[in-house]
Amino acid sequence: MAYLINCPHCGQRTTDEFYIKGDASKQRPGTIGDDTMNQWHDYVHIRDNVRGRTAEHWHHTGGCRQWLVVERDTVSHEVYAVAPASSRTPGKTSATPARKSAARKTPARNTTSRKTARGEKK
Amino acid sequence: MKYSVFSLARNALSGHKNWQPAWRSPDPKPEYDVIIVGGGGHGLATAYYLAKVHGITNVAVLEKGYLGGGNVGRNTTIIRSNYLLPGNNPFYEKSLQLWEGLEQDFNFNAMVSQRGVVNLFHSDGQRDAFVRRGNAMRIHGVDAEILDTHALRELMPFLNFNDGRFPIMGGLMQRRGGTVRHDAVAWGFARGADMRGVDVIQHCEVTGIRREKGRVVGVETSRGFIGCKKLGLAAAGNSSTVAKMAGLELPIESHVLQAFVSEGIKPWIDNVVTFGVGHFYISQSDKGGLVFGGDIDGYNSYAQRGNLPTVEHVVECGLAMIPSLSRARVLRSWGGIMDMSMDGSPIIDKTGIDNLYLNAGWCYGGFKATPASGWCFAHTIANDAPHELNSQMRLDRFRTGYVMDETAHGAQPNLH
Ligand SMILES: Cc1cc2nc3c(=O)[nH]c(=O)nc-3n(C[C@H](O)[C@H](O)[C@H](O)COP(=O)(O)OP(=O)(O)OC[C@H]3O[C@@H](n4cnc5c(N)ncnc54)[C@H](O)[C@@H]3O)c2cc1C
Ligand SMILES: [Zn+2]
Repeated sequence: MAYLINCPHCGQRTTDEFYIKGDASKQRPGTIGDDTMNQWHDYVHIRDNVRGRTAEHWHHTGGCRQWLVVERDTVSHEVYAVAPASSRTPGKTSATPARKSAARKTPARNTTSRKTARGEKK
Repeated sequence: MKYSVFSLARNALSGHKNWQPAWRSPDPKPEYDVIIVGGGGHGLATAYYLAKVHGITNVAVLEKGYLGGGNVGRNTTIIRSNYLLPGNNPFYEKSLQLWEGLEQDFNFNAMVSQRGVVNLFHSDGQRDAFVRRGNAMRIHGVDAEILDTHALRELMPFLNFNDGRFPIMGGLMQRRGGTVRHDAVAWGFARGADMRGVDVIQHCEVTGIRREKGRVVGVETSRGFIGCKKLGLAAAGNSSTVAKMAGLELPIESHVLQAFVSEGIKPWIDNVVTFGVGHFYISQSDKGGLVFGGDIDGYNSYAQRGNLPTVEHVVECGLAMIPSLSRARVLRSWGGIMDMSMDGSPIIDKTGIDNLYLNAGWCYGGFKATPASGWCFAHTIANDAPHELNSQMRLDRFRTGYVMDETAHGAQPNLH
């Protein structure tokens, strides 16, 4: 993996300053509703585990202590973008479309349009 | 051909020119009773026990690379059964018992070496935890003993006993634990399965799972479609990728774990020993190299290579435990992809799709499990029902709350 992460607050910092929480495509479910238990199960346990481009929550524990979203590739380890987690609109907080069914077949995802919208460079 | 002192003598007389390959390299047949995806230790062991125990021989193991290229040939070769939880311990003990008879059973020298595994402790609290674990093992009929510092000094005079912050106070010893030559395990199971009629097909990547009316009818591969009546997945670090081909999403993340070997030196470390302050474990191979490793890197990866911060961390732990290690030079390092489950325990189960079976979630502890994993997975496939030993290694335990979390870290795979 890229050794240096470009924190939007602190600049270039080494990866070992960060704690990696994981998959940022997950949306925290509510607490009331019929399907709540299934949604929580999905949120807590089930992972897309993407082979390729993915977005994750990272915490800059050894720096600004802000939550970030790091977009990177799990095969090449290239890092594409680092953004404050707060800048991501709910519902669009990820490289993956908001998940509805547990059995999505294609791992292909629509990252390009969202990335242009946020004006990020590769 | 059976390997024995007679076959050795016979082949010596003919100048060792007539040895046959240990297994065939057949072309895939149009259909099999059972296909196993993944020719690692677990896939090959499954095929071996399907043929040997259940008489199911019309079986193919499909491997996208070469045998031994995955984790089965990348691990630090430690075997043990020092687990705490009831759903895990009897399974790992079964595995250790299978290791004990394995070489005679499959007629291959896997260099099973029961040299003893010692887990060091460094505080009163940690001693209590290890005494508890040792007691749990003994209740399950597994050998365990607590060593004090005198006994440890005899065995391992090189340890850093008097570290100011983390003095070594003793260790939990399992004498029946040890090491096994890892790639010989793949070869032995492959040969044993092949001798009983199983087709071991290398360089055959599964790219899709074809289903009709819900049931699996076969797999698309780089060598064309191959039909099957039952399909077993044993793809270790690529479990999520393969399961997705059948529309399954798993409670698994793929992470990279690194390992290291030093230059060969004279016999020095007789046992396997693990650090109790940081994550570090070491043994010495029969060639003399010090084989050691530590934590996973901590980020999701399919890359089979890790990063320098982890190298530094592992080496720091090693030097804290054995200061004289600083004199040894590292020869090689490498990485493998771990199928880290959400509770740190594995899954051997049916899947909800009638004739599809899953073997996954081995984290960094699946090598020791190889024989029992194959044995239980073969049982589950042959009988369409799990064996008592893997009855708690369920896929749905995350939904129902019956997780088996040995370390109580919760659903955060990079902490297991
Ligand atoms: C560095 C390291 C150290 C370790 N140390 C230990 C240890 O000391 N003790 C211990 O008990 N465990 C240890 N482990 C864990 C252990 O090695 C694994 O849990 C175990 O080997 C996994 O099972 P396997 O042997 O079947 O995996 P693998 O050998 O990885 O087999 C899976 C196979 O599936 C194949 N495959 C994947 N996708 C496809 C596809 N689409 N089509 C066809 N084939 C496919 C892969 O090519 C691979 O060969 C360690 C692992 C690593 C990486
Ligand atoms: Zn920062």
